[in-house]
Amino acid sequence: MSDLAGPNPAPEGLYAQPARAAEVLGRQRLRERAKNALFRGLLLFSLLLGVVALVVLLADVLDRGLGHVWQVVTSFPSGLPARAGAQSAIMGTIWLMALVALFTIPVGVGAAVYLEEYADRSRRWNRLIEVNIQNLAAVPSIVYGILGLGFLVRGFVGLGQTLLAGALTLSLLVLPTVIIASREALRSVPDSIRHGSLALGATPWQTTWRQVLPAAIPGIATGTILGLSRAIGEAAPLILLGALTFVTFNPEGLNSAFTALPIQIFNWISRPQDEFKLLAAGAILVLLVILLSMNAFAIWMRSRYQKRW
Amino acid sequence: MSISQGGEAAATAGTARVRAVLAVKPRWGERAVLGSLVLCALLSVATTVAIVVALLEPTIAFFRHVSPIEFLTTTEWSPLFSDPEFGVLPLLSATLVLTAIALCVALPFGLGSAIYLSEYASPRTRGLVKPTLEVLAGIPTVVFGFFALTFLTPLLQDVWFLPGDPPGVFNALSAGLVMGVMIIPTVASLAEDAMAAVPHDMRAGSFALGATKLSTTVRVVVPAALSGIVAAFILGVSRAIGETMIVTIASGGTPNLSFDPAEAMQTMTAFIAAAGIGDQPTGSVGYQTIFAVGTTLFAITFLMNMLSVRIVRRYREVYE
Repeated sequence: MSDLAGPNPAPEGLYAQPARAAEVLGRQRLRERAKNALFRGLLLFSLLLGVVALVVLLADVLDRGLGHVWQVVTSFPSGLPARAGAQSAIMGTIWLMALVALFTIPVGVGAAVYLEEYADRSRRWNRLIEVNIQNLAAVPSIVYGILGLGFLVRGFVGLGQTLLAGALTLSLLVLPTVIIASREALRSVPDSIRHGSLALGATPWQTTWRQVLPAAIPGIATGTILGLSRAIGEAAPLILLGALTFVTFNPEGLNSAFTALPIQIFNWISRPQDEFKLLAAGAILVLLVILLSMNAFAIWMRSRYQKRW
Repeated sequence: MSISQGGEAAATAGTARVRAVLAVKPRWGERAVLGSLVLCALLSVATTVAIVVALLEPTIAFFRHVSPIEFLTTTEWSPLFSDPEFGVLPLLSATLVLTAIALCVALPFGLGSAIYLSEYASPRTRGLVKPTLEVLAGIPTVVFGFFALTFLTPLLQDVWFLPGDPPGVFNALSAGLVMGVMIIPTVASLAEDAMAAVPHDMRAGSFALGATKLSTTVRVVVPAALSGIVAAFILGVSRAIGETMIVTIASGGTPNLSFDPAEAMQTMTAFIAAAGIGDQPTGSVGYQTIFAVGTTLFAITFLMNMLSVRIVRRYREVYE
């Protein structure tokens, strides 16, 4: 409001001369308008930067990669760019996706149900779990890779460089995301539903299983899909596990050696030949199609099924 | 007396019956469910413990070879060479440079986007732009790395007008700028949440006093949401510090104690990735350096996260 008074206060006696007063105030108002418009323009510009960057990135990848998608999908890795493809990596990514979903959904939703429906939040212990999950969500992904390397691949568990070790590492990575999203979904179910169910004699678990969880499923699914799509795009933890890049067969089981799309893309990017960069663009397109359709599905589901209470 | 005795007996029998009716049979099913849910929640604690244990053991072994003073104060980093040097400063300085570049993009543009979305945008614009930012947030980091290396770097080389050599194939500038774009959605979405939580009455009050939209936003809404905005900034910083693939791909693999963004430099995360690709034998010093640098990285990001949690908790303005 002090802006209206402006940097130059009205000269003495100004209000005795209505015409001049109107002129001065008009000028100030004009300046205010200009400042407001400028600010708005700057905000709009900063918003557009992200959008434009996304459009340019997609256009660039489409332009370079589209012609190579077929080769990438149908062939296996090779030292010759003319024959190289990423089918084993695509299959590896699909395996990883299924396994990560299998591991994280029950555990993540279970933890969320405990924290939202059962835990007494005044207990120190429960608050510790909450802060801990918040912290884990912000731990850099490469640190999970180190955990996988030191604990799952080589050390204590000793699974070797297998699909199972990769899936477990990625599961630990996305678990906090899934828990946080599921908790939000559970929290949006109103208490009247719980009270009604309990008043009819249902036990706490019956209430949770038959009333609260079904009502929260759209939110949980949306959060889980977004978490999964994060896992699918991660390269850093898998690199550390020693996921191989020259795997010329599709994964056959949990103990199979494997590669994944982000790893294959990284490998092609780091080669000096330009042909491999084009293949990388093709593989990026495949990865983006998988991710974007997952995202679109999640966003559609959120708008279609999410109830407003 | 006998009466009272009889009465007492009747009363005891009565309560016994009531008790029998009310007696809650131990519901073992319910307890088993609760037990397994607790286990799910405890897995997160176990993960943290496992991270700390997995990091610490090789790190301690590493510091038996290399003194912490040498690690933190000398300026040569070549742990995988036959004549190794263990000064982590070049990795730290590179992380600092890249984080600074990324923040120059992510903080102003992220905050600007948040303000626009929260205060100015029509519902239609919001409905269009928010999913776009979500998609941007979901782009894998290898893809951003590819974009930095094969699109932005050549572009920068073409239009370079500043004094000094133009950037090389690998340079911190391009990686940092793209990393900044990557972090915009994180900062924007958290800061927007914070501003959306400011009650409408405060804006209405400000307008009623004759304030313009600009001064309402800058002097009322942003200060009221400051703790959330600061937390968003800190999370942005910790994401920049921990980002791996963009810097590995676009900023190169040479440790370089320099603050010139046109040069190639290796961050902590990029070193970890490079050493991981090299497949170090278990127990070798090369293997242990992964964990020593990882511990440094984990400690830095952990402290930042705790700081952010604390700021939100202490300075949050609570509105009814």
